[in-house]
Amino acid sequence: MKLSEIAKVLNAKVVCGQDRLDEEQDKVFASDLMSDILTLGDNFPMIVTGLCTMQTIRTAEMGNLDIIVFVRKKKPTEEMIELAEDEGMVLMECDYSMFKACGLLWEAGLKPIY
Amino acid sequence: MHLEYTVIEGDFVNAGSASSAIKKTLKQLNVNPSIVKRVVVALYEAEVNAIAHAYGGVVTADIDAGKILLRVIDKGPGIPDIDWAMQEGNSTASPEVRNMGFGAGMGLPNIKKNVDRLNVQSTVGVGTTVEMEVNLS
Repeated sequence: MKLSEIAKVLNAKVVCGQDRLDEEQDKVFASDLMSDILTLGDNFPMIVTGLCTMQTIRTAEMGNLDIIVFVRKKKPTEEMIELAEDEGMVLMECDYSMFKACGLLWEAGLKPIY
Repeated sequence: MHLEYTVIEGDFVNAGSASSAIKKTLKQLNVNPSIVKRVVVALYEAEVNAIAHAYGGVVTADIDAGKILLRVIDKGPGIPDIDWAMQEGNSTASPEVRNMGFGAGMGLPNIKKNVDRLNVQSTVGVGTTVEMEVNLS
């Protein structure tokens, strides 16, 4: 599924990485716990999270994740967006709850990592 | 190659900047991306621990052709029971640390999973040294 379609399904605003919206993504992991995200293996670049702090961006950087959807109306700060841009990440803001966002992504055909 | 970074107590905004710098260096050295990920995940967990639990400290990295040796040396308060701290789920993290998405008692176990050798030395009232080694080839 293209990232542009994911943004549409979630009614999400893309705040950085607009140039990557034609990329395809078929798996997603959702968590607010950064240590959980750091246990993921390679090649799983997309997360859904309600944790919106500088550590979310840093965790993504360390875990080789570069597509982050913030749920529950969380908005990344300018500093977070700047770091995400430096790392070439895609950030999206979604007003839905984690459950609703994940449900919609599941319905749209995205698969879990495990 | 020897690299050194200072870690400041409670400086959550910059938590991960040493790990980030070491990641960039390893990428420039063309280290296998899977190995880079293991190194930085372990180091990042240790760096967050030093910022969250300790009175600051220093991160060092010594890189040669075959391995990277990382040390996170903090100034205390020390870990009274290392075996307890190594068990998944055990944590003494503050609400502030938990709000950052850490503090679930996964840090040290995560470190152990990602490195080839781990040595944790701690003296209560003095400090903790976490020594991690990862083979680069």
